[in-house]
Amino acid sequence: MISLYLERFRQNRLAVAGFLFIVLLALLALFAPWLCPHDPLAQNLVERLHGPSAAHWLGTDDLGRDVFSRLLLGTRVSLSVGFVAVGIELVIGVTLGLCAGFFGGKLDTLVMRLVDVMLSIPAIFLILAVLAFLGPNIYNVMVIIGLTAWPGLTRLVRGECLSIREREYIQAARLSGISTARILFVHLLPNVISPILVSATLGVGGAILTESALSFLGLGVQPPAPSWGNILSIGRDYLHMAWWLSLFPTVAILVTVLAFNLLGEGLRDVLDPRT
Amino acid sequence: MLSIENLCVEYYRRGQVISAVRDLSLTINPGETVGLVGESGSGKSTVALAILRLIRAQEGRITGGKIVFKGRNLLALAQEEMRQVRGQEITMIFQDPFTSLNPVMTVRDQMQEVLDAHPLSSSPAVVGGGPMDPRPVAAGDDGLKEALSRVQLDPSRVLNSYPHQLSGGQRQRVMIAIALLSGPALVLADEPTTALDVLVQKDILELLFQLQKTMQISVLLISHNLALVAQYTQRLAVMRQGKIVEEQPSRDLFYNPKDAYTQELIRAIPAIPQN
Repeated sequence: MISLYLERFRQNRLAVAGFLFIVLLALLALFAPWLCPHDPLAQNLVERLHGPSAAHWLGTDDLGRDVFSRLLLGTRVSLSVGFVAVGIELVIGVTLGLCAGFFGGKLDTLVMRLVDVMLSIPAIFLILAVLAFLGPNIYNVMVIIGLTAWPGLTRLVRGECLSIREREYIQAARLSGISTARILFVHLLPNVISPILVSATLGVGGAILTESALSFLGLGVQPPAPSWGNILSIGRDYLHMAWWLSLFPTVAILVTVLAFNLLGEGLRDVLDPRT
Repeated sequence: MLSIENLCVEYYRRGQVISAVRDLSLTINPGETVGLVGESGSGKSTVALAILRLIRAQEGRITGGKIVFKGRNLLALAQEEMRQVRGQEITMIFQDPFTSLNPVMTVRDQMQEVLDAHPLSSSPAVVGGGPMDPRPVAAGDDGLKEALSRVQLDPSRVLNSYPHQLSGGQRQRVMIAIALLSGPALVLADEPTTALDVLVQKDILELLFQLQKTMQISVLLISHNLALVAQYTQRLAVMRQGKIVEEQPSRDLFYNPKDAYTQELIRAIPAIPQN
């Protein structure tokens, strides 16, 4: 079964490209401190706002810092926010969705109304408000993105559960005297895993985008620590004289989110038996 | 062994109360096969679910009567005691072998799980006690292989298979093997052959019948096919609209039906005129 999926995945070139790019990005993030040609925090006011050159491949910013090195270090921020936020989203979303879908009744009503409420509040304003309250730092950003992302996933998982729980193997497991927790996580969860996987992959891209937006607005990673969003934010002030400062972080965000989306779409095609 | 006394079950649908089983009494003696026949919606499956207390609280309730199994009223047992009875002393075989095995688990894992849920304590487990030994099988692969050879499957091939790699008949044999793992006293077979081809149907019922005799277990065979069930049971009960309308030894009921509805059922068995 696994080998069948691998074969189908291999034939989906865009998904493979997305996957390889993400692997590359993860390696870059992991080894960023050793790969940086310059100290990402070292200021050099003599060389401020220099364009791309042999010494500074992607130019320098308003304080003369090397943009390439800062982007490289920013990869860590983007990926860790993406994965941690989605991890939080998964724990909450999957647990609530499974319980609501499996137990039904009052619990289901309660969870789904909570989802409705959450979905009716624009997430970005909620995030802004909470960050303004708690103070901007990267850990708050990860947690708050995760805490606002789960309702969609919960709804998805619950819907899948509703159809799976009526299958006879779930009944069979119940009458074999297998514990409810085991039925939920060993019998039900693996049968709804493919939409979860797809949603999580797309979710990482979304979380990276949200983090960039927050850093751009000054509520994410605080300077001098680099993140794609805050490099872009500085770039905006010098748009007319230093295009490289805006272009490269934009490209980094774009390509990364695109890679996650391609991978997610590809997984959907591979895992969905109807395609 | 099992005696159902004045059982009443009600279902709730959109605020309405629907009486699914009304004042039903039925006895199954040790080593006996009893057939429960009726059209769909007559409450046959509800009786099986009620015996195992698997009727969901939001959907319906047992409103009256007693279900006495080995001297204990099942309806009065605590949840944990009931869990011990369920899947160990009373097991069930489902209608559709295509949905009654979990598609993401191998046959071995599904069998092992049932064994794990019921640590064998009461009777000593055996290995190599012969395929018809009525006692529960030993833990580990040897026991599982033993259980699969009981139902005339090739253990080495089937044990590591996923359900989609098996035919419908093979899956139903696996279900029977699982139902017999714990050495149950009573097996509830809810339309065990309805989803199968006619020839496979016959094989499965022959097998079940043979196992029932040699292992000295009781079977409640639920079906809508009166002619088929009459061959393999000692006693037959005909159900209509939640009530038993007639109960007789199978042969008598088939050849000498007293109730008008039973007569109608038997007349409805297709007979093809010779010319």
